[in-house]
Amino acid sequence: MARLRGTGIAAVNYPTGMNLGGDPSQALIHATTSGSFNVVLAAADLGQGLRTVMAQIAAETLGVPYGQIVIQTADTDTGPHDMGTFASRATHRVGNAVKAAAIEAREAVLQLASEELEVSIADLVLDGRGGIQVAGSPQKRRDIADLASRAQFQYGRTIAGRGVYMKPKSDVDPETGAMDPDSTQAYACTVAEVEVDTETGAVAVLSIRSAYEVGQQVNPALVQGQITGGAWMGMSHALYETTEPCYPSRDHSPKDFAGYLMPGMAELPIIEAVVLEVPSSNGPYGVKGVGEMTANSPIPAIVNAIYHACGVRVDSLPVTPEAILRGLDALAQGKGAA
Amino acid sequence: MTAQYHVVGESLERTDGVAHVTGRTLYTADLAFPGMLHLKVVRSPLHHALIRGVDLSAAERVPGFVRALTHADVPHNVYTILGLIGVEPEEEFVLPVDRVRYKGEPIVAILAETEAAAYEAVGKVQLDLEELPAVFDMDEALAPGAPIVTHWGNNTFMYEGHPCRRVRYGDVEAGFAQADHILEGEYRTSPIEHAPLETTGCIAVPEAGRFTVYTNTQAVYFSLDNTSIILGLQPNRLRFIGGTVGGGFGGKVDVIVEPLATLGAMRTGRPVRYVYNRQEEMQVSSTRSAETIRIKDGVMADGTIVARKVTGLADCGAYSRQTPYAITKFAANATGPYRIPNVWVDAYCVYTNRTPTSAMRGFGVTMGHFAIEVQMDKIAERCGIDPWTVRFRNAHRNGDVKPHRKVTSDATLIETMQAAARLVGHGLPPELAAMTSAPRTEWEGER
Amino acid sequence: MASVVVAFELGGRPVEVLVSPLATLQQVLRTQLGHTSVKDGCRQGGCGSCTVLLDGEPVLSCLLPVEDVAGRRVTTLEDLTPVDGLTTVQRAFLDANGFQCGYCTPGMELVTKALLERNPAPTRADIAEALSGNVCRCTGYVPIIAAVEAAAAAGSAAAVVASEGATR
Repeated sequence: MARLRGTGIAAVNYPTGMNLGGDPSQALIHATTSGSFNVVLAAADLGQGLRTVMAQIAAETLGVPYGQIVIQTADTDTGPHDMGTFASRATHRVGNAVKAAAIEAREAVLQLASEELEVSIADLVLDGRGGIQVAGSPQKRRDIADLASRAQFQYGRTIAGRGVYMKPKSDVDPETGAMDPDSTQAYACTVAEVEVDTETGAVAVLSIRSAYEVGQQVNPALVQGQITGGAWMGMSHALYETTEPCYPSRDHSPKDFAGYLMPGMAELPIIEAVVLEVPSSNGPYGVKGVGEMTANSPIPAIVNAIYHACGVRVDSLPVTPEAILRGLDALAQGKGAA
Repeated sequence: MTAQYHVVGESLERTDGVAHVTGRTLYTADLAFPGMLHLKVVRSPLHHALIRGVDLSAAERVPGFVRALTHADVPHNVYTILGLIGVEPEEEFVLPVDRVRYKGEPIVAILAETEAAAYEAVGKVQLDLEELPAVFDMDEALAPGAPIVTHWGNNTFMYEGHPCRRVRYGDVEAGFAQADHILEGEYRTSPIEHAPLETTGCIAVPEAGRFTVYTNTQAVYFSLDNTSIILGLQPNRLRFIGGTVGGGFGGKVDVIVEPLATLGAMRTGRPVRYVYNRQEEMQVSSTRSAETIRIKDGVMADGTIVARKVTGLADCGAYSRQTPYAITKFAANATGPYRIPNVWVDAYCVYTNRTPTSAMRGFGVTMGHFAIEVQMDKIAERCGIDPWTVRFRNAHRNGDVKPHRKVTSDATLIETMQAAARLVGHGLPPELAAMTSAPRTEWEGER
Repeated sequence: MASVVVAFELGGRPVEVLVSPLATLQQVLRTQLGHTSVKDGCRQGGCGSCTVLLDGEPVLSCLLPVEDVAGRRVTTLEDLTPVDGLTTVQRAFLDANGFQCGYCTPGMELVTKALLERNPAPTRADIAEALSGNVCRCTGYVPIIAAVEAAAAAGSAAAVVASEGATR
């Protein structure tokens, strides 16, 4: 009996968004009289940090500090239409809509500044800190907050923007499967290291190390959060999770967290990642997306590592200790893998 | 690259972070309204049965019982979530009329003053069911003589006249004939539960002529539009408020709770809370499909894949919900990140008497990746090359056409694999280290 | 069965509640006392999201009949959060992004507080042991461990400052 180590790799692509039925999102933005901007959406934050990322995209586009953005989302009486938070679409679709709305609102601000400063809009630059200045003449400047206040009380004008992004409907050719199923693709490659206990069949995952290419990151810490959480979930799918442990019998299907197995803190491997950024052509600031894909490459990387460690090929998920022990028995009897 | 921006690319503190770490974030089930009723559901104890009768008399005597909702109460008693985007058929009832197709299918909803009274009344509803033969395995469901789950006579979802989503690209048989090796694999995956910490739920509150629905849906308009169709209400009589979700992973796109809770509010004039308990979340909320993926690859001696034939079976359970679209995504991604010139895919959505399945993180793609990437290792072994090399040799590059005919335009697989090799200190041979995702030269493109 | 009055201490203040027999502490805190930081993930003792401190020790409020806390000290995250600012543990969770959806966070933080009070310098194994009853589906636990370690480091730094102050 031994503890055998092995390494496995896996590489994946992941599509951003969907196409069926068309895939739109909208955003509305308006300035308050104090120069903060309310961004009104209908997208749900599942915990991945959608509000944060949308505030960053809005702030970047409007040239104001992040703290000047208020995100109000998911009230259908106020928020414009959105398909929903799924298909790794939100940062791309909603982000594009927010960016478009912010550009329209920014135009209104720049228009006011150009009138007050008596220069053309083309000569104005945003300093990214809430100021607008004439290119080459930093002393000729206006604060966006002051302009927003005067827009309301002096000029009677709105500073507002509307944005929409839509991936058009693309029907699937039923004969050939020809379709346009996504907007862009992100990539990942994972190297997993495992240790198989040949006496118990238990698999310890020692490390999950990955490279990701997800386009421009809006908030790298949140990207890292997706990668780390996804690595854990991939490990969980590979080795633990099933609602049908006695498939096809439906007996013993778990009713709670005691019966539905997932790894805990004690089972955690080292999780590391590097992130490359190759901007997409159609995402806001070159975003691709990183929502769903992070659970994917860890699964086959772990399964391949198990084979490398002990010679057992398990082609069914989850890879249970029983499957490993049966595979080891088959190997010992010279029958090949399970 | 990031330095060109002021805010994008910065790891700024989350806007909702303080609320989360102080416990002040309000999730749907944290809300309460005066006079709020609790909705609980009587569920089928059998996997497949005819409903011969429902006796509510004992339930009605439970103190706190307010009323029951049966199929007769549902204005448009059809639940087909993808119907919104034109995907038919109509197959699932909000509350079934005469037949249940999975264990846990709702039959009657009970509204009561307290949760305890609702549970007690649910326990006292007498069901008269006639058990039917059930099928739980996809191969059995496709075999002649299998119990038929659907109302259209076979156990597959129909894609524009075909029992499966098809991809036909190049000539796979010619590819197999040309190949040095033929490699076949069969991969199976298990159903998986999303298991969010916050269970699925909503509270529907009647207001002057309208209903406000507080929900943890992942898609407020999707949920509103579906609810509007089921209840026969103009959409402007509904207001959905959400946006804060205690974990979704695809499981909260199903619009199961909102129509019943809103119907309860319509029928009683009182706020109605319908929140899954943990057992419901684990047992009757949709899961990720179990899949069986059969791959046959034709491979040249150097590891280049020249043909791939894939038969994919996804067990959608008793009702397909979002799964037909997951199958389409599976078919679109059946070659993974690789360039394969001849591809044939038949991907089936198979009905059984198991819990309905729907969207989950990696929708249609995650389990395909498992099969494809284990298959890649087998190819490497068969050809006597290492697992890195086989992936580099087949990696798709910009300009490559995918089986669904889209031209690859943002490929970075090669660069990503190079970065992974650097991260783990794996030295790549010079020819792999020098590769890029740049379009192939004319000479490279020939094969 | 008739309702009963139960008296206990909540966040340092005495409370009396009229409860149904066998009502859980979780139910009473959430629906009668408005402490919704006490979450409701399973009511089976399986997820830890309903954790509260009872006489300073973490307990699962979903499994505890409220009668059992009569005369004892109950603490929730509402009771610990300063009017302005954050506790050391909250600050550490915020800085480490030790949450995504936030649903498990109150329970995680209360267990962390109790752990650091009895063991100011926990090892990874100590942390895993202490938090083994708390489920997170989003983060993969890594940033939660980082948050606990950061809170421990901040707490010991604060203790050093305090003891240096005392010796001077």
